[in-house]
Amino acid sequence: MQKANKFRFFVQNLTLLFVFLGAVNFTVLGNEPEEKFNVSEMIMHHIKDAHEWHLFGPEHGGTSIYLPVILLDNGLKTFSSKHFYHGEEVTLIKDSSTHHIMKGTGPATGYALFHEKIYKMKNGKLHMHNGHLTNAKALDFSITKNVLSLLMGAILILLIMLSVARFYKKNGAVAPKGIAKFLEPIIVMVRDDIAKANIDHHKYQKYVPYLLTVFFFIWLNNMLGLVPFLPGGANLTGNISVTLFLAVCTLLVTVFSGNKNYWGHIFWMPGVPVPMKFFMMPIELIGVLTKPFALMIRLFANITAGHIIVLALISIIFINKNVAWGGLSVPMALFISILELLVAFLQAFLFSMLSALFIGAAVEEAHH
Amino acid sequence: MDLVLPDFGLLFWTGLVFCCLLFLLAKFAWKPILSAVNTREQKITEALELAEKTKAEMQSLQAENEKILKEARAERDSILKEAKELSNQMIEDAKSKSKVEAEKIVEAARQSINSEKAAAMAELKNHVAVLSLEIAEKVVRGELTSDDKQKALADKLAGDINLN
Repeated sequence: MQKANKFRFFVQNLTLLFVFLGAVNFTVLGNEPEEKFNVSEMIMHHIKDAHEWHLFGPEHGGTSIYLPVILLDNGLKTFSSKHFYHGEEVTLIKDSSTHHIMKGTGPATGYALFHEKIYKMKNGKLHMHNGHLTNAKALDFSITKNVLSLLMGAILILLIMLSVARFYKKNGAVAPKGIAKFLEPIIVMVRDDIAKANIDHHKYQKYVPYLLTVFFFIWLNNMLGLVPFLPGGANLTGNISVTLFLAVCTLLVTVFSGNKNYWGHIFWMPGVPVPMKFFMMPIELIGVLTKPFALMIRLFANITAGHIIVLALISIIFINKNVAWGGLSVPMALFISILELLVAFLQAFLFSMLSALFIGAAVEEAHH
Repeated sequence: MDLVLPDFGLLFWTGLVFCCLLFLLAKFAWKPILSAVNTREQKITEALELAEKTKAEMQSLQAENEKILKEARAERDSILKEAKELSNQMIEDAKSKSKVEAEKIVEAARQSINSEKAAAMAELKNHVAVLSLEIAEKVVRGELTSDDKQKALADKLAGDINLN
């Protein structure tokens, strides 16, 4: 793991170097009046959520699937995001940086889309301060790109797992065949090497369904994120909201499974002097939160970093405006993509492994 | 900055979808899959145990068979030995018995031969005596057929007497 991270750091630096050199090269030589290719904007746009699913063509005016917008603002309001993307584009130039704001038209009137966030307009006006809109945000329950990806991933997992379950229902407890043959070792690995290995032998069974769901949810969505076109391409497991929810789940399971022994170690650490007990209490309490917090950040950062590296490597071609750079960037992007396949599994494994470890610590009986 | 700020809408949908997924998978996928896997594992363990047990049983059975075979072999050997001894003795007995019998027969034969021989000799002697008497009679008769001869004989006899 350490090694992979180091390596990623190295590759990332290398990529940044290339990007930097390319940018310098471009600013020195490129005097074309074309629109400047902004790498960081392009990458940020790709790793963030969106209200459209861009399929092909240029970023503005290409072919996209316009996803439904659902707002909770004085009642439920639903309309297509087309009314933003094909709405009224406002370009603000403030503090030497350009901002593109999409004002909604039709049913989206009164709302504006800025950096994929929906703002409420105050009497038809927008207020900008330090590059941020100060207008209130609408409560946005839209089926965004990530939500759609989430739904597709969930349906895919359901279809796969139900077909595996159907095999056993039909054939009974026999040697597995087909897709069951492929998935059974992984399911057994989660049960034995993740759940059984970290949680008390008499209590682990209760947590196996949660750990299995978390593992396959993360793994499959990680892999879907690596597919560059529909149904993949969304950076779902690299989105902080998703990893936050998963981490909160592990936190809740841990907290509600915690026995006397676990809470005793947090609030009244046995075997240390009384002043130390008081001193340890807040530290241990913070520890309860930092563990799932680390889970959240680890998954988010690893997956987002993977997407950034691949996008940055591909960007080399567009920075230099020369297809020959593909000779460098394509093999490197391919290599990183294969590495990301490993990371996809590794992060799913780590998340469920550490969740099991935290649950195991919470249900552990005192042994004296 | 909004890269690391959670979005409420996505959080809501993730929660909803994940909870539904957890419920559906736990009920319709993990439960049947894990129970099938557990059942199979138990079956395999039982089968392995049974195989081990059967193996041990087979081994003990084999040992017993070997023991029985060994005993049978020993018994056969002892029976064969006894039979051989018996037969030898029988042969020996028969031999000695037959020898005695043969000697007896030979002795009886010899005795009868001797007695036959003695009888034959006695008969031969009688015969010879009869024959010599007949010859003497015939000779005497021949001497006494004519007067001359009678006279000659008488003379001769007288001469013998005279000589005395």
